[in-house]
Amino acid sequence: MSEPKGRGDAWTEERGTSDEGRRRPEAPQRRAGQTERAESTALLEVRDLTVHHGQLRALDHISLRVFPGEVYAIIGANGAGKSTLLRTIAGLHQPTEGSIVYDGKDMTKVRPERRATGGIVMVPEGRRLFGSLTVEENLQVGATYARKGPWTIEHVYELFGWMRDRRTQRTAQLSGGEQQSVAIGRALVANPRVLMLDELSLGLAPVVVQRIYAMLPQILATGLTVLLVEQDVSQALRVASHLQCLLEGHTTLEGRPSDVTPEQVEAAYFGLATAAPGGAGSPSQGGSGGMGLSQGGSGGMGPPGRSSGGVWGGRPPEEIQSRGGLGGVVPPEEMEQPLWPGSTPSSRES
Amino acid sequence: MAWVNAIIQGILIGGLYALFACGLSLMFGVMKVVNLAHGDLAIIGGYIAVGVIAVTHIPVLWSFVIVVPLMALLGYVLQRTVIQASLDRSILTTLLVTFGLSVVIENGLLEFINADSHSLGVGNAIITSSFSIGSQITIAYLLLLIFVVAVVVLLGLQYFLSMSKYGRLIRAVADDKEAAQLSGVDYRHVFGIAAAIAFGTVALAGIAYGMYSQFSPTTGTDTILLFAFAAVVIGGLGSLWGTLVGGVVLGVAQQIGAQINQSDQLLAGYIVFLAVLALRPQGLVARRAQS
Repeated sequence: MSEPKGRGDAWTEERGTSDEGRRRPEAPQRRAGQTERAESTALLEVRDLTVHHGQLRALDHISLRVFPGEVYAIIGANGAGKSTLLRTIAGLHQPTEGSIVYDGKDMTKVRPERRATGGIVMVPEGRRLFGSLTVEENLQVGATYARKGPWTIEHVYELFGWMRDRRTQRTAQLSGGEQQSVAIGRALVANPRVLMLDELSLGLAPVVVQRIYAMLPQILATGLTVLLVEQDVSQALRVASHLQCLLEGHTTLEGRPSDVTPEQVEAAYFGLATAAPGGAGSPSQGGSGGMGLSQGGSGGMGPPGRSSGGVWGGRPPEEIQSRGGLGGVVPPEEMEQPLWPGSTPSSRES
Repeated sequence: MAWVNAIIQGILIGGLYALFACGLSLMFGVMKVVNLAHGDLAIIGGYIAVGVIAVTHIPVLWSFVIVVPLMALLGYVLQRTVIQASLDRSILTTLLVTFGLSVVIENGLLEFINADSHSLGVGNAIITSSFSIGSQITIAYLLLLIFVVAVVVLLGLQYFLSMSKYGRLIRAVADDKEAAQLSGVDYRHVFGIAAAIAFGTVALAGIAYGMYSQFSPTTGTDTILLFAFAAVVIGGLGSLWGTLVGGVVLGVAQQIGAQINQSDQLLAGYIVFLAVLALRPQGLVARRAQS
């Protein structure tokens, strides 16, 4: 049993060279168990995205590929860069490096409103409704520059039964869950191809969150692709068909929910694994290596409200590494050197 | 009876002040731009009217047909260029930029036209005549006309903002321009439209003032901007009907002050202005979301 090295290093070398080089090679884990992803072309592709907030590097060479019909979930703790990633894809932040390709077209320099009319529509964190407008007017604004498609205001009223009766109310008077529904409706009437949901669960009661997520299948049935950001990992795992975990601007885990163990998710979420070969080189290896638990560098980050201490409990990192890629399959040629030389999780236990 | 007359005159002149103020209020409500060049732009409207009448000989009351679209166009262009560029930097930059604009306009007028006073419609029967109610109350047709125009403009704006597609977009963008972008709305274009509307009302204000009184290059900041500010603050920032209330309160206060002592006219207006600032800083008509 060797280690899932390879990808990481290759990825590191490629990064920051030519555009050609940045293109993610067909990752082995896709061949294994993800043939349907590999065969279709990505609808939305983020290549090596780096975003700064002033001096702070919020995202560090993040890549992802979202395929049609997927529910792609990005999870991570506070400050991991999840929202920054979505906002950058939506065009609200300019990346310092990297590119965003949508439907084969480079969108990196395109203005946010053009991305929205092109089919990338975001439900922003905190709803961000037009508070002085009524429910219906909010939806009308969303529909003003809509693409052609199945969603109309009428359909949104059908999806959320209560909404029609209260369409003349100002959205400022609605409850949080109702506001979130209007925000989703406002995005849907634009007929997006990629619907980005930023922290739907934020500030909502769990039962409300579940009710909103219960709508997702109906939304997906109209042929949408969903890219969502969630702090609530269990919720994300329930709905996602593909998962990517961010930690302090780096990818720490990527794969299908069925292929990752809760332990892996937890470790990736909190950065419990140490191991940082070559410092700067390591961050993005996780992204391409399948499940790499990157350095994270977040020793101090505790897992509030989560019972993670026992999960790791002295378990050697090899046990995780031995799973190879996410599908448990990593071509032997990829496995030459250990990804995490000689690190033990116990040094990072929380 | 003299007091009743003062109040009636004050209400009517309040219509003019409301016309001054509604563009200022709209620009602030939507773009958060405090347009310090507001008065000077009204004066430009007046000068354009003088020029248009001299060239085309259209009746002064119809000059708005040409002046308003011209000013609206100017508003859109200014918003999309200078004002937007300053907005992209910071809200405070817009103060500096519009102040600079004001200085440039004022001195440009002094330089390229002259410092003479101008007025519109001298000798026009409707503008100069009046009618009487009883023995002491005399109402000028012009002031009544201006008041009616102000009410019509505010009603029209209200209708436009609450019923039309662009009105809805303007309100949405005023609420949250980033969220509007996420809905595919180019807020800069919507800002441009709002500025065009504001400048259209500014043009009406300039023409109305030119008929009511005389204007020179400095009138914009001396009179119109100050009264507009006072009316907006008294009525409540960002509230359309507040500008009418503010204008009327300012006008009545001035007329009552003048009734007490001719030299107290302006003072009385500003005392009310300060009192509102101190006691009810949100204005008499609290902002109800732009409509």
